[in-house]
Amino acid sequence: MSQNTRVASAPAGTPTKVTQGSKTKGGIGESTLRPDGTLKVTGEFAYSSDMWHEDMLWGQLLRSPVAHAEIVSIDTSEALAQAGVYAVLTYDDLPTEVKNYGLEIQDTPVLANGRVRHHGEPVALVAADHPETARRAAAKIKVEYKELPVVTDEASATAPDAPLLHPGRDDHHAGHVPHPNIVHRQPIIRGNADEAAKKADVIVSGEYVFGMQDQAFLGPESGLAVPAEDGGVDLYVATQWLHSDLRQIAPVLGLPEEKVRMTLSGVGGAFGGREDLSMQIHACLLALRTGKPVKIVYNRFESFFGHVHRHPAKLWYEHGATKDGKITHMKCRIVLDGGAYASASPAVVGNASSLAVGPYVIDDVDIEAIALYTNNPPCGAMRGFGAVQACFAYEAQMDKLAKKLGMDPVEFRQLNAMEQGTLMPTGQPVDSPAPVAELLRRVKARPLPPERQWESTEGADVRALPGGLSNTTHGEGVVRGVGYAVGIKNVGFSEGFDDYSTAKVRMEVINGEAVATVHTAMAEVGQGGITVHAQIARTELGVTQVTINPADTQVGSAGSTSASRQTYVTGGAVKNSCELVREKVLELGRRKFGTYHPAWATAELVLEAGKVVTDGGEVLADLVDVLEDEVVEIEAEWRHRPTEAFDLRTGQGNGHVQYSFAAHRAVVEVDTELGLVKVIELACAQDVGKALNPLSVVGQIQGGTTQGLGVAVMEEIIVDPKTAKVRNPSFTDYLIPTILDTPTIPVDVLELADDHAPYGLRGIGEAPTLSSTPAVLAAIRNATGLELNKTPVRPEHLTGTL
Amino acid sequence: MDFLRPASWEEALAAKAEHPTAVPIAGGTDVMVEINFDHRRPEYLLDLNRVELLNEWEVGEENVRLGASVPYTRIMEHLRAELPGLALASHTVASPQIRNRGGVGGNLGTASPAGDAHPALLAAGAEVEVESVRGSRFIPIDEFYTGVKRNALAPDELIKTVHIKKADGPQQYSKVGTRNAMVIAVCAFGLALHPETRTVRTGIGSAAPTPVRAKEAEDFLNAALEEGGFWESGKIITPSIAKQFAELASGACNPIDDVRGTAKYRRHAVGIMARRTLGWTWEQYRGTGRTLEGAA
Repeated sequence: MSQNTRVASAPAGTPTKVTQGSKTKGGIGESTLRPDGTLKVTGEFAYSSDMWHEDMLWGQLLRSPVAHAEIVSIDTSEALAQAGVYAVLTYDDLPTEVKNYGLEIQDTPVLANGRVRHHGEPVALVAADHPETARRAAAKIKVEYKELPVVTDEASATAPDAPLLHPGRDDHHAGHVPHPNIVHRQPIIRGNADEAAKKADVIVSGEYVFGMQDQAFLGPESGLAVPAEDGGVDLYVATQWLHSDLRQIAPVLGLPEEKVRMTLSGVGGAFGGREDLSMQIHACLLALRTGKPVKIVYNRFESFFGHVHRHPAKLWYEHGATKDGKITHMKCRIVLDGGAYASASPAVVGNASSLAVGPYVIDDVDIEAIALYTNNPPCGAMRGFGAVQACFAYEAQMDKLAKKLGMDPVEFRQLNAMEQGTLMPTGQPVDSPAPVAELLRRVKARPLPPERQWESTEGADVRALPGGLSNTTHGEGVVRGVGYAVGIKNVGFSEGFDDYSTAKVRMEVINGEAVATVHTAMAEVGQGGITVHAQIARTELGVTQVTINPADTQVGSAGSTSASRQTYVTGGAVKNSCELVREKVLELGRRKFGTYHPAWATAELVLEAGKVVTDGGEVLADLVDVLEDEVVEIEAEWRHRPTEAFDLRTGQGNGHVQYSFAAHRAVVEVDTELGLVKVIELACAQDVGKALNPLSVVGQIQGGTTQGLGVAVMEEIIVDPKTAKVRNPSFTDYLIPTILDTPTIPVDVLELADDHAPYGLRGIGEAPTLSSTPAVLAAIRNATGLELNKTPVRPEHLTGTL
Repeated sequence: MDFLRPASWEEALAAKAEHPTAVPIAGGTDVMVEINFDHRRPEYLLDLNRVELLNEWEVGEENVRLGASVPYTRIMEHLRAELPGLALASHTVASPQIRNRGGVGGNLGTASPAGDAHPALLAAGAEVEVESVRGSRFIPIDEFYTGVKRNALAPDELIKTVHIKKADGPQQYSKVGTRNAMVIAVCAFGLALHPETRTVRTGIGSAAPTPVRAKEAEDFLNAALEEGGFWESGKIITPSIAKQFAELASGACNPIDDVRGTAKYRRHAVGIMARRTLGWTWEQYRGTGRTLEGAA
């Protein structure tokens, strides 16, 4: 089937080309508005769940009601007999020998094979002509489970008689882990922590617990698979990385990759939760089986089971310092719960260990991070990716050390702050600006919000108080606290991963105007990538109008919209392809007009406002005349500097691409009697290298800050430790911040260029998520005097009523 | 599922008599959630949205007659002076969208211990007027809640009107949730001063199988205020009285541990809310408070 016929039959709600243009220049550094903004605010944006196709069926999963069990039998006969049901599939119906998938380790069954390992694991699939029919039919599938003992923490996972989650592992981590229920282990040893500890005048240690956070993206998992005449399938889906999905989907279907044509549909947020597959293979299997388009949309309840979560963690830390405030050493052990399947656990371990020191100079460290296999819900990628958990713990330690030394917590951090040239514990030099002390200085220098803001002539304004509209205090018991934190996050995929992107850029004359088209497979998940691509094309090609084609697999991989990497890597690829296009255009110009003006041969030429211009500002030709009927199009891959794997024994290696830094000051007010918290202000300072779109940059920082606040005071998936079942899979009981919980977030943006990156930019999406949480915790500790080693903080922790 | 759409109250009563299993639906903010999750698959849905009298209210001499379907938004906008406790409670209900649809009749019909209106109704004093083709009756609010999500309605009865005593003194309402808006109650407390009868009434939400009054706390406080001549003098309630009142309110709880909070926290928080709401209402009674309906 050609691309044209495919477009003609595209389902309703399929994304279309987005043409952006304005009278202003709209290049990089300007806050051009995102084309999807108004549509999203007015409810007109087509999300993947809005797609529709004539004659389509609805797919529905049956998921395991228990966390660990043998499947004794499955009887689908009653479900199949329901009117309107077109197919019921189980493991036995999978078409090829490839029955598992996974980001790094292919350990996740497409459908359960005789055993379920976590609550909510997919067991069977139904396609029916109505979603309710499909749901009812799924409920009629009879599955007999024989429950098995559950593994829920390090002790039960590594006990001598522990059930093995994945017996007979042969993945590339299996050889070096101390126990088969440990996915991956990464030690990082530098200097001699034991020896250095002898120089310490004070030593502090602590055990910290980080709860399981959900990405809580607002658009639940959904997509539409349309069977094609050539035996292939067209899949429209909300995801973070089309080509990664494709590599996992095609072998299970038994199709060559070119017969699985994927198009990104409207994504309602991701935050890491769409890195793993959800309904992709299931919808394709049902579509190929029934010969009809199949749509699957999770509801919110199912969504809590439909994607991985942030790894909950237990972290043990020890730091020492001399009397004059220099940190002597650090030892830590980080235990991440990866749940039933590997997902991104190995990479999360790499991040947690390599960033475990934080943005500080500590020469002697002894670090160990592991991720467990358990029967808890699978955990994987979420904004901050391992660095979040570590930051929560090391920042608590910094406050403890400062307190023990009688020093100001900010001055203490500044005294130990890393800077450009500092060696990471992996031995990697930080070879671009690392303004850690300056970021702290900036948030501290900001004036504090006025005290008792809730007081008004009308009495207390409860909206400004802990408890808000629930009217729990008019000022009674309310104590203010201030806390600081700073963090370090890597940007891009690390540890030797070939992290590239691809961009196809085209330039031509349409309606008497030189215009550009940019085509990448980058998943726009709300980060504003398509806005930035248009800005880059304008800057590089001197055009006003730029068309961004929908992201699909007809162009090379863009890599994942993850790890704060897309503006850097796909932005870099767009810039690179634009430069190649520009060279070709200038060649055309030289051929046509070179003899008319010597500058064609001698000057640096740029494209500006539709013209070829010398660096001195002299106009040589109009792009319309240079191009005429020619179409210049280039598709090229682009790579950042390569990285190396971490040594499995010592953790040494230049593992990361770039580092990103943010600092926060949190001001909170705590109702100390009821244990309720109101965050008054969360000031952030972040170095972004270069703000390609300042408005989007501030939006990312404020969003990341708020997500960090959420896990500080309310967000947690609660898993029953006895049954490993999820207890709060709903927005009624998994709380995320409302606008009333969201404080003022003043943002101070630094632009210290990283010379290795396109335009000097720094990936920004994650760093603010790191420091926000420990800053809020520090402020609550400051208000209450409590130690608070767990996040999120619940009222019970603040009132001694657990 | 059959969808019954009576055009009048009489038709609604007839439909309910004919189909006693029919589930009444007005705003749908409870019922639709249950149906969407397939927790409930009623044979009949009885749509009350065409019954106009359920959307009306009337302020009388003694009482406010509040139609069962009057949305919370209306209560907040129009009945703050007459029903200050209920208006405050209404403001804590979910989101503006839900407050535009949901009403007190739904809270009473569902009879969840977490329903936001209950503590305010218990504290103010109210009677629920229910009716069937057999006739109508008034159920005192104290006798309305009979168990977890169970109420005193007969299968053929519908809730028509809630007769709530007009405030004769300050009222307050507090609710604890782990978010500053749009949150289900971990626990809640309503308190109303009734200077005319020199009594204090209370209501506790989400801290027992049903909404309850803290009767012992009320009795203690009523006696202490009487003995000390507080109603006449308007003097500050002594901390020891407030403390004991709070402790007795805590003791009136019979809570559970669940994902929203521990039983221990609920008891603790109810005590704090009891002490604070008593303080706020008493300050208002003494004339130093700024507004009758509280600060929200």
